[in-house]
Amino acid sequence: MDATLCAGITPIEQRERYYEAHDLILKAWTADDIFAWNGKYYQLPKVNVWPRPIQQPHPPVWIPGLGSLSTWEFAAQHNHCYCFLSYYGPKAGKNVMDGFWQFIGERGIEPNPYRAGFLQLVAVAETDAKAEALYEKHIQYFYNKSLHIPPEYFFPPGHQDYRSLENNIRKGIFKSYFDKLDDIPNWKFKDFVDEGFVIAGSPATVRDMLTDAVTDLRVGNLMVLLHIGSMPHDLTLKNIDMFSSEVMPHIHDMWDNQWENHWWPEKLRTKRQASIAAL
Amino acid sequence: MVAVQEQTVSVWKNQINPKVHVAGSGPAVVFLHGAYGLTWDPFLDTLAEQFTVYAPEHPGTTLGDPDGVKALDDLWDLVLYYDELFAQLGLDSPTVIGHSFGGMVASEIAACYPQRVGKLVLLNPIGLWRDDAPVKNWMILPMEEVVKAAFYDSSGPLAQQMLTVPEDEKEAQDLQIRVTWSLACTGKFVWPIPDKGLKKRIHRIAAPTLIVWGTEDKLVPPAYAEEFGSRIANSQITMVEQAAHLPHLEQLERVSGLVRDFIQP
Repeated sequence: MDATLCAGITPIEQRERYYEAHDLILKAWTADDIFAWNGKYYQLPKVNVWPRPIQQPHPPVWIPGLGSLSTWEFAAQHNHCYCFLSYYGPKAGKNVMDGFWQFIGERGIEPNPYRAGFLQLVAVAETDAKAEALYEKHIQYFYNKSLHIPPEYFFPPGHQDYRSLENNIRKGIFKSYFDKLDDIPNWKFKDFVDEGFVIAGSPATVRDMLTDAVTDLRVGNLMVLLHIGSMPHDLTLKNIDMFSSEVMPHIHDMWDNQWENHWWPEKLRTKRQASIAAL
Repeated sequence: MVAVQEQTVSVWKNQINPKVHVAGSGPAVVFLHGAYGLTWDPFLDTLAEQFTVYAPEHPGTTLGDPDGVKALDDLWDLVLYYDELFAQLGLDSPTVIGHSFGGMVASEIAACYPQRVGKLVLLNPIGLWRDDAPVKNWMILPMEEVVKAAFYDSSGPLAQQMLTVPEDEKEAQDLQIRVTWSLACTGKFVWPIPDKGLKKRIHRIAAPTLIVWGTEDKLVPPAYAEEFGSRIANSQITMVEQAAHLPHLEQLERVSGLVRDFIQP
């Protein structure tokens, strides 16, 4: 929507343009010398990135997606991490992530959970009741105002290529999303938590729900959204503090006895363990 | 009903394989369809009684050839493509009728290749822009809103037909895929504002031109009839009452009569 409606990018060209931009960025990161880029969307006579990236051959790449088959193929082809930016929690996201892992399995690719990322709204307080009292209005603000988008704006025709369009319509991939959206203005804290849109409550509640979600969806890279809607600064700090001290240390290594996160900067992998242990 | 033949042709180094619907006999008439895809309709039936009607599907909108549209980058490619298609169909300077998006394409062909088009008929074409009468962005309108804007009688059978979803699940999916992809493919040449420079080229149109507009059109306001008419030297305008964006279907008899009178030699 941002690209097509706000910036005027032609929907059917959006994906192709994105692929070209990806190739350009990777070449700019890895080329030893200045080069000319003669693309369809970008023609740049001198590409000369400075400063140079530290990571070799280049920083890890995470690809955001909403469930298009073509994005899975693209991420797999380049061995990038696929990040499902759902905003609707693990229940609504199950359909897409199951599809992703089935896709990975069928191609004989190693099912490393770190190959996948998932975005999740999280709100932590001392008790479930306190979480409700502190966060409800900010969650409602987020879903009713920040994320209030007509479905037609989400997917202008062409935004999905033909095969993804066919796959999604035949399998009803987005039906589970849009069936619920009309009702959201009436939702209370409990509804957002019950539907899994937001994982919220006491540290114990959040730990349990997140562990279940991460296991069920098989995701290694969890992107937690801790500043939700109209949340003021001090409450946001509290949420971040409580999450990082009471929740994160209990779940951060749940895949690490079996899998290595190849999609995290190599030099930081051991430091991450150390810094979390220090907490 | 006339017998309609479906012919698949290969154009543009065989990268685009559109279906062309052909019916009738007599002088050649090409019909270029709008953004929602080609449906053979009663208007084409009436034309086929007097003429040989060629109705090609726009690149990419043909079932089984969704990637055809990838071979064309922009409107300039599309105009060249139609020059090739006309040559391949053996059409020297046929009458070209274009509806809505097809009207813009027909105007562009007639402006770039003035000899390619014998006569030109524009049914509520897009292609020009006025800030005080913006063309609605049909690609992001729910179907109910499109129908309200596109029909004079939006509760009538013709309008309701557009909202009817087939009972069979597979057929309903097929329809949704077909319509969405037609919008995507045609949208490639007009997004985000359907003003791609026709105003600079339109003076080159040499063909006698008939402009038809439904007075109730809320998608592409009737103010554009005069915008087209004043820029095309040999043109005439007919405003059709009790019709909106599809005057040739809402006022079938009147408009098909008008068009037939205009194009017969």
